[in-house]
Amino acid sequence: MKLLPLTALAGLAASPALAADMAISVEVPRLSVAEYHNPYIAFWLETPERAHVQDLAVWYDTEMRDDEGETWLKDMRQWWRRSGRALDLPVDGLSRPTRAPGTHEMNFSAADFTDLPTGEYRLIVEVVREVGGREMLEIPFQWPPSESQTLTARGEEELGELTLSLSPSSE
Amino acid sequence: MKTTNRALKGALLATAVAAALPAAAHAHRAWMLPSATVLSGENVWLTVDAAAANTLFHFDHRPMGLNNLTVHAPDGSTLEPQNVSQGAYRSTFDVDLVQNGTYNVEVLNDSVSAVYTDENGEEQRFRGTQADFAASGLADRDDVTPSYNTSRTEFFVTVGAPTDMTIQPSGVGLELEPITHPNDLYAGEAARFRLLQDGEPLADQELEVIAGGQRYRDAEDAIPTVSDENGEFEVTWPEPGMYWIHAEVGPGGRNPAPGARSAAYNGTFEVLPQ
Repeated sequence: MKLLPLTALAGLAASPALAADMAISVEVPRLSVAEYHNPYIAFWLETPERAHVQDLAVWYDTEMRDDEGETWLKDMRQWWRRSGRALDLPVDGLSRPTRAPGTHEMNFSAADFTDLPTGEYRLIVEVVREVGGREMLEIPFQWPPSESQTLTARGEEELGELTLSLSPSSE
Repeated sequence: MKTTNRALKGALLATAVAAALPAAAHAHRAWMLPSATVLSGENVWLTVDAAAANTLFHFDHRPMGLNNLTVHAPDGSTLEPQNVSQGAYRSTFDVDLVQNGTYNVEVLNDSVSAVYTDENGEEQRFRGTQADFAASGLADRDDVTPSYNTSRTEFFVTVGAPTDMTIQPSGVGLELEPITHPNDLYAGEAARFRLLQDGEPLADQELEVIAGGQRYRDAEDAIPTVSDENGEFEVTWPEPGMYWIHAEVGPGGRNPAPGARSAAYNGTFEVLPQ
């Protein structure tokens, strides 16, 4: 199991919440454009006051020669400002390759959120595509969930359906 | 050289020194335009245009002299600019951003002007750097009162996380001491700076804050800005883009009165979208 980087938790004094699971599903739309590149996407958690809490994943071109993919990370400008610029990339368990159009799922278990206090959060998903556009989606949620729930948001251009599934853990 | 941009001041100046002044020597803004100011990754380069031109940021007048260009690296060392060249309307150079952190790139012209009588009894005017003046022997003469003109044109650029070493004031001329980090500027947010002259806060000083893209609008749309009693001022950026911040003190001009002290500040700041 991998522990995800935790930052900006200072300020949040409450004790860690009860365990729960999280699944994120994101649709990378197939776009009819002359020059298509897979999108860069950052997933992270914020407080309602926009304080960065925890990165979940960043998808970028991890295979380019001389780590050139990292030169475009700044274009996910909110993520870059709130977290990325302070990281020593690549980060194990955080950096992942880009994905082609289609629906992709990521699953997180209770162990990934052992330090996440009870409270209100937002899942933020920021996407940017080379020779393309940028878009940012958010889904507010309560942690830990009291019952299983599925929350959704929908992008206009660069993202299709975004789904956040939460369920109380059986642990 | 001093640049001034207020029409009235320019007109007065022109009247006073018209005989000595080539037509192109006054009333132009000095600025540098970096290709970006917030960067990620390794092996990244910066490319920069430098010009004196009225319209921000369009090359319409003449290139900026780069003799006094310094690139301050995040660790406090200086780097050699690469591919330095001078075109008809702009100078350009590149910087290999080999370190992570915040760089300061500045052109600091620190000049001395003095009228003196030469060995033949004829009146001459000295113009040069402080070092030239010290070496000229004029500094030791009781009958020579020099005037000083310090002009700083600068910007900041950050690779990775912002750092603080290169945003510390130097104590020379006019400068901005950032309270908000100069590579952490976003539309709709306020940024705070302290205006200093020779290291001391400069209170009640008017500044010009003007967005680029000026060619494509009718009005200058300067954001009215005055430093407070602590030399501090705040700008709430209305839109993303490149902005020019300018302040000047003293009489300026090419033939200042003996003892005059003039200083100008020209900074370029990039404001990112939310």
